[in-house]
Amino acid sequence: MIQLTPQKRQLLMRTVTRRETSLLIFTLVLIVAVSIHSPRFLSVTNFNDILLNGAILAIASIGQMMVVITGGIDLSVGSGLALSGMLVGLIYKYDYGLNPLLALLLGALIGIALGSVNGVLVSKAGVPPIIASLGTMSIYRGLIFIVSKGQWVNAHEMPDSFIRLARGHILGIPNLIFMTIFFYVAFYYFLTHLKTGREIYAVGGNAEAARVAGISVDRIKYAVYAMSGFLYGLCGVLWVSRFASAQSDSATGFEFSTVTAIVIGGVSVFGGTGKITGVLLGAVLISIVENALAVTQVSPFWKLAIQGFIILLAVTVDAVMKNRDRKTVIRGRQV
Amino acid sequence: MSKLIRRWEFVLVVLLAAVFVIMSRLSPYFLDLRNLLDATLNFTEKGIIALCMALIVITGSVDLSVASNMAMSAAVMGIAYRSGMGIGTAAVLCLLVGTLGGFFNGIIITRFKLPAMVVTLASFSLFRGIAYVLLGNQAVTGYPYQFYDLGQGYFLGTYIPNQFVFFAVLAVIFGVVLHKTTFGRYIYAIGNNENACRYSGVPVDRIKLILFTISGLVSSFAAVLLTSRILSTRPNIAQGFELEVITAVVLGGVSINGGSGTMLGVVLSLLLIGFTRFGMSLLNVPAQVMTVLIGCLLIFAILLPKVLERVGQRPSSRA
Repeated sequence: MIQLTPQKRQLLMRTVTRRETSLLIFTLVLIVAVSIHSPRFLSVTNFNDILLNGAILAIASIGQMMVVITGGIDLSVGSGLALSGMLVGLIYKYDYGLNPLLALLLGALIGIALGSVNGVLVSKAGVPPIIASLGTMSIYRGLIFIVSKGQWVNAHEMPDSFIRLARGHILGIPNLIFMTIFFYVAFYYFLTHLKTGREIYAVGGNAEAARVAGISVDRIKYAVYAMSGFLYGLCGVLWVSRFASAQSDSATGFEFSTVTAIVIGGVSVFGGTGKITGVLLGAVLISIVENALAVTQVSPFWKLAIQGFIILLAVTVDAVMKNRDRKTVIRGRQV
Repeated sequence: MSKLIRRWEFVLVVLLAAVFVIMSRLSPYFLDLRNLLDATLNFTEKGIIALCMALIVITGSVDLSVASNMAMSAAVMGIAYRSGMGIGTAAVLCLLVGTLGGFFNGIIITRFKLPAMVVTLASFSLFRGIAYVLLGNQAVTGYPYQFYDLGQGYFLGTYIPNQFVFFAVLAVIFGVVLHKTTFGRYIYAIGNNENACRYSGVPVDRIKLILFTISGLVSSFAAVLLTSRILSTRPNIAQGFELEVITAVVLGGVSINGGSGTMLGVVLSLLLIGFTRFGMSLLNVPAQVMTVLIGCLLIFAILLPKVLERVGQRPSSRA
């Protein structure tokens, strides 16, 4: 019994301190608290809304997650998303007949091009990621104004087939949910079972060691920004389809939502660690918080402040835990 | 002589001269002393923040929260004034809030050993959010007449704007601190090798805390000047200022990795960006195009030294 207890306790501690478990508990407490306050929060339609609103954020956050795991950050997510959405929207404005699936593909290609700019700046030119993407963030946002001449693409300028892309259903499941599941399964497999996926973690854990081990660090660093671009390019098209309009200020500050989602989900800002399941939970949690603000009629202006606070809290807790772990290791060695 | 030519500051002076020549050819209104003096209002608010940002970047950090801090402290000032406080008290409150904001960043960065970029990215969102929570979608207007003078007035009957005087005085102070004091030497030392500094007994954490606190103070001072100039407070003021401030610092020859750069370079690059902006506004270039150009300039300013390094003729901007 004396030998078993510490192991059992360790197992229990590990389950409780696992990010996914504590996130789930927190999410459940939040849902109970909000539904006591306003019962209509717990309706099926409302939950459908929450999932649909969280879907685009969840997909774009996968890209941000891979970038942050390599120790970088992509601040161009919001404006890159809006730019690819606007470009596709403009194509509809001038040529009515583009197949929606081709539009999705085109958005992804534009996204890859936009992400590649960050990728080349970071991997080839050695520009710090935060500075490179801060620059491209404002460049892309400015380009939206320039290509659209400040005008919106409105619902009547898009065909129904395109709008159905994000609003339609397959076998009763909303397309957006279907796509979210597809991307999460695909990237889960990529990050946990494929060589390149594992190399992303290796580069973030210790770039020098990864290089010595024969991994092309530059190639990985380029790839994560290109993949982030691929995902936000897709999301840009889905965004335009879901809201049936492309605006010059769409998705302003969206990059912060993705950063919040991943740090809540347990991705370390120091790079090297983070799970895709946590990111999904983080994105859903943000969507729930946003919805709860609306349902409890708290001013939507709180969103930005809450996001900042959550990022700060998550990184501080991480830093404290990291310090404690290191101390435990040292103590363990003395004993 | 060849040493002088290879200095980054010399490159900036040549570029500045080129801007003057090109702009005065393109617009007859450019080369007018009063216009040019008024045009300094284009950059003095951002410039005041850039002076402190230069010190922070030289230590190898960056403060992304400056513009949000401006919005937060300006919002507090607006609320305080609207609730019946005197404008002087409200302005002091604004400076206090901004300083506290900077102190808050500094404490978290130094206590928890977190990267400044991540912490100030979070407070970028937090401070802007607080400004929105305080003001909602309203604006505070109706500031008293005496308040106009601070940000719009001219210095003692000359044509020099008050703001430019503030900027010049602060630039001299920051320049002296950086280049002539032990504190300044420590700043370079931290940027070159933080660990070595810690082992040599340099109070690294205290210096960082002081720098981020001052960054908050100058941001809120810029907020007072901006409010006095545009005479209204909205939660979305100063959006994107951090981009321009960082661009000016990097274009001024401060290495983004820390350890090198001069105050003269930063002042020259502020003049360069400010007068380029003024010239382009004379030519009716839209604001969005300018944002794109500033973003390109930022990336160009970082790439250029790296390219030159590869060629092997990097202009030195060491102090």
